[in-house]
Amino acid sequence: MKKLFSPEPYRSPHRETRDDVPSAGFRENEHTADWELSVWAPDLPGLLEQAARGMYALCSISLDGSAARREHALDLTAPDSETLLVSFLEELLYLAEQERIAFDTFKITVAEGRLKAELSGAPIRTQGKEIKAVTYHNLAVRQGPHGLEASIVFDV
Amino acid sequence: MVDLKDFRRISDFEWEIPRTYRKDMLVPVRIFATRRMLEAAFEDKSLEQAVNAATLPGLVGHVVVMPDMHQGYGFPIGGVAATRLPDGVISPGAIGYDINCGVRLLGSKIYIDEVEEHLDELATVLNMKCPSGVGEGGAIRLSDDELARVCRDGAQWARQQGYATEADLRRTEEGGRLEGADPGKVSKRARERGRSQLGSLGAGNHFIEVDLVEQIYDAEAARVMGLEEGTLAVQIHCGSRGFGHQICTDYVREFQSAVQRYQIRLPDRELVCAPLNSPEGQDYLAAMRAAANYAFANRQVLAHLARQAFEQVLAGRVASWQLHQVYDIAHNMGKIETHVIDGEKMKVCVHRKGATRAFGPGAPGLPEEYRTIGQPVLVPGSMGTASWVLVGTETSMERSFGSTCHGAGRVMSRSKAKKEVRGETLRVSLEKEGIRVRAGSLSGLAEEAPQAYKDVDDVVQTVSGAGIARKVARLRPLAVIKG
Repeated sequence: MKKLFSPEPYRSPHRETRDDVPSAGFRENEHTADWELSVWAPDLPGLLEQAARGMYALCSISLDGSAARREHALDLTAPDSETLLVSFLEELLYLAEQERIAFDTFKITVAEGRLKAELSGAPIRTQGKEIKAVTYHNLAVRQGPHGLEASIVFDV
Repeated sequence: MVDLKDFRRISDFEWEIPRTYRKDMLVPVRIFATRRMLEAAFEDKSLEQAVNAATLPGLVGHVVVMPDMHQGYGFPIGGVAATRLPDGVISPGAIGYDINCGVRLLGSKIYIDEVEEHLDELATVLNMKCPSGVGEGGAIRLSDDELARVCRDGAQWARQQGYATEADLRRTEEGGRLEGADPGKVSKRARERGRSQLGSLGAGNHFIEVDLVEQIYDAEAARVMGLEEGTLAVQIHCGSRGFGHQICTDYVREFQSAVQRYQIRLPDRELVCAPLNSPEGQDYLAAMRAAANYAFANRQVLAHLARQAFEQVLAGRVASWQLHQVYDIAHNMGKIETHVIDGEKMKVCVHRKGATRAFGPGAPGLPEEYRTIGQPVLVPGSMGTASWVLVGTETSMERSFGSTCHGAGRVMSRSKAKKEVRGETLRVSLEKEGIRVRAGSLSGLAEEAPQAYKDVDDVVQTVSGAGIARKVARLRPLAVIKG
């Protein structure tokens, strides 16, 4: 009989890490109905960038390389890193849906709960999937072997 | 560590995790499932999430979990929880981002043998008329004032625009309009998203399906609903689109601080909540109702477009091409209802997330014609498999806050489904089975492959065995339109 509710041992996204695993990245985890993304990076700005790249990858977003580049500045404040992460991704989802733009260059600083970002990107050429929302489900920005890590569940 | 022996068996179809299982539980968890389904549920986190849900302040009775349960975020899909008025909580995450996601069923007197040759064209025209897919706007653009009217009036707004009949409204949960919606409690960003998306299906598991009424199980109830073997029916499955997603997003963020103000401790931040009688709780309730009304209007507009498609393809070719409304139900919603709990009549807020209201005969709010048979319940199967029409019962009122299952329930992750199933192969095999497919995205199609879901017949067998719904008719798909 399989045990129910055994508290899940903490699993680092780097569990299978070998020396050649990059110090920052993202990976999709199995989830019955929604999407779960593990992200890791040396610091919070890096983590936010990886989360953005991972989210765009889940949506299979590609940019229109022939169109004029688009710049966008963000200024967000939040009481904790998790809320900052959720708010940042929500901004990007909103811009993808309403303005049909996405970004591939990120200049992010975070100081005392305030995020400032200069984003550069282009109009979306194709998008395979839609994300309804970024959730707080079991969300915690934690110290990991390579700096910070988090698992984000998206409602799709 | 709990395993099967720690569950209390109530019947072959009902099990309980007692309150003593974890010290922060306020009520027990009741699961409607066969033993085999229960064991399968150990594979994901749905039961753990149900135990987490059992910690919401002000809960009464028990947290109910339906057999189509699967792991969600925070609250399990297939979960029902009732909190007492006035000081119990309301939790946006326990209702979900797609507020008033639901199903509408239209019946007809169109016989399959008259129209078989036109089904391909019907699928194509439905797909053209009904906007679907990623990044697609809706059929109707609204001004801010019009959006406010949609928020307040729901499907009744659609009636004023000529998109609905009186019978459509009568045969919609709450008449297609929840009282107490306030567009003033909705953010500018939500309104912006809402203005451009009315009359659209969206993507993911949402669809329009043309079905065949294949088998009738309750002749009288089917007759009252106007469902006859061998005729066509249409199902519309969608919700409040970006409008509802944004409202839930806004309030989940806002409630992160509300739980601190009200000193509520929770095992998961996605379950954040506020007392129903707090300003925060009241604001969310008013905004959620606006999204619910938007969704009723959305399905009404899509029904109108589906009728246009049927007219365009079938008028003049068959005797009757009209579609009449059977019912429209929500399966992600928070409702203020009166239930009898431990022998006491009580006003509660029933959170249903991936669970359908299933009021029994004589329950308030049912249209005259359904008063004796009970409320129709619409249970769409996974793509390419059967769907069911059920009715609510006295037992559902007693045991599950007048609720039952909402679908088949996923068992396989989207990424695994994509790896195991090729969209094009699936399309071809569905077509071979006589199911026409019009899909915006083949990879999206693969994620919704039938093998990624439980068998809807097992789910329905379970709720019917438990008595929390009764079978009326089984539908077989003929054409699927999805984003």
